[in-house]
Amino acid sequence: MLRENWNDAGPGFHPVSSSDYLPAAQLRDLQLRRLKSIVGRAYAHVPLFRERMDARALTPASIESLADLGRLPFTVKVDLRDTYPFGLFASPMSEIVRLHASSGTTGKPIVVAYTQEDIQVWSSVMLRTFAAAGISRGDIVQNAFGYGLFTGGLGAHYGLEAIGATVVPVSGGNTDRQVMLLRDFRVNAICATPSYFLHLIERAAELGIDLRELPLRAGVFGAEPWTPAMRQRIEADAGIKAFDIYGLSEIIGPGVASECSAQNGLHVFEDHFYPEIIDPETGAVLPDGEEGELVLTTLSKRAMPMIRYRTRDITRLITVPCACGRTIRRMQRVGRRSDDMMIIHGINVFPSQIEAALLAVEGALPHYRIVLRREHGLDQMHVEIEVSPEFFSDRIGAMEALRGRIAHSIHSVTGLNVAVRLAEPHSLPRSEGKAKRVWDERQNSQ
Amino acid sequence: MKISQLSTFIENRSGRLRAACEALAARGINIHTLCLADSRDFGILRLIVADPPAGKAALEAAGYVAQLTDVLAVEVPDSAGGLARVLATTDGAGLDIEYMYAFSTAPGQQAVVIIRFSDPDRALAELQRRGLNVVEPVKLLQG
Repeated sequence: MLRENWNDAGPGFHPVSSSDYLPAAQLRDLQLRRLKSIVGRAYAHVPLFRERMDARALTPASIESLADLGRLPFTVKVDLRDTYPFGLFASPMSEIVRLHASSGTTGKPIVVAYTQEDIQVWSSVMLRTFAAAGISRGDIVQNAFGYGLFTGGLGAHYGLEAIGATVVPVSGGNTDRQVMLLRDFRVNAICATPSYFLHLIERAAELGIDLRELPLRAGVFGAEPWTPAMRQRIEADAGIKAFDIYGLSEIIGPGVASECSAQNGLHVFEDHFYPEIIDPETGAVLPDGEEGELVLTTLSKRAMPMIRYRTRDITRLITVPCACGRTIRRMQRVGRRSDDMMIIHGINVFPSQIEAALLAVEGALPHYRIVLRREHGLDQMHVEIEVSPEFFSDRIGAMEALRGRIAHSIHSVTGLNVAVRLAEPHSLPRSEGKAKRVWDERQNSQ
Repeated sequence: MKISQLSTFIENRSGRLRAACEALAARGINIHTLCLADSRDFGILRLIVADPPAGKAALEAAGYVAQLTDVLAVEVPDSAGGLARVLATTDGAGLDIEYMYAFSTAPGQQAVVIIRFSDPDRALAELQRRGLNVVEPVKLLQG
């Protein structure tokens, strides 16, 4: 469905986001051509892919339709670690213009590479991301994603420059200065991790600044799963519209999928990143609409093609047309990862469930952490929550009742009896990048 | 007249109570009396201090969560049955007491108890109407 006036760069529509509106047949045709090309490229230049395809007696010529993608082997995170640092590159270093790497909290970091063409594709999908959030030329945008080896900062930066917005490249951290710049520069939109932005809201309140009175109107949030309740809180307390974006370094960084003004699922930029949903146990491809693990194939990446990469993120694909008019499919917001799952007394629990339970209790700010310990041979989940001024009381009964309500809420969501501990403000560890919510101390305890 | 009581949340960890007292001391805020209510994991420290708003600011600056609540300082005859008679009066007026604690006073003077009523305004009116002596903050804190 084509818009009548292609030069009208109104909210949510920008000429460069026209790929979002391709007719389905044309999109599938484009995807198949690109898929054949990328499989050929990976087979020719990356030994790991070639060995795995040879082992299955597959060649690039085996790909005759999009459905044939399901015959190809998966790629997993361990493959990136095993080939550290440059083993999956398909381009010579002379063509690679950028490297990024994960923080490497567990063993070796994973390294990703970009050619000049890859950077252009990345800028274009980030441009489409910001266009979908109604950000355009004339807007001042504070980019609080970390700059550096993390893909968030530079990924958003290039997209913002491409759309013609004014970037404030503040990076993560130094919250007092972030608040000052938001106010003094009359910033219109911000990019951040949702947990850091909640921290920023809290700090602004302590500094006596009401974010709702500033020109700030939109936030682009990503890099970690967050809940609908967290969004409501951000939108209410900051007086903004909060957009969810999705991406991962292994695929490109931010810019794989993003929400539009309908805020009902994230449009996957599937002309560059082809999504499949699989059963995480069996690996079987599931039909559109069913929930499972997201698997992505980069259709146009040159430096580091990724074939059927298992993201570990649990979601489903939405095929019904979106109110915004975009034809590319949507994925449901990612609330949980298959490897975030905790198993306590045989019950599967996700951090996002704990968060939803905390937010259901009036006044509970999501500054919390989950600690898993083994006590007397049994796994026990402890949830520690900071006491905020709005729910502090001088009456001990009121505080005990609050703790009881939280425990009850967690029980009703997860079915687990957890130990709830109330903690002093600012006493729990905080991160300024991705929030770490779960401390698993079961290995250290008896 | 009501008195502004400062209260704060203290984790049941070594050094936290002392750190709260030091935060007040650093700003020269004298503690007239206090009461610590505790549960297994945490305590709530209630304080009558010389300058409650400054005390609240001092605790918040030190990272504590703090609150000001209205309480009443009620004079009690320092003799057997004194407190019982005061409580008979509050019961008679249908006043709910959340908690109470004694105010330090010199020997021979009238005793004073700090009472946190559920509804401090109604309590003040009822107690004065029934002839109990509710001590003025100025008078209480100058001693």
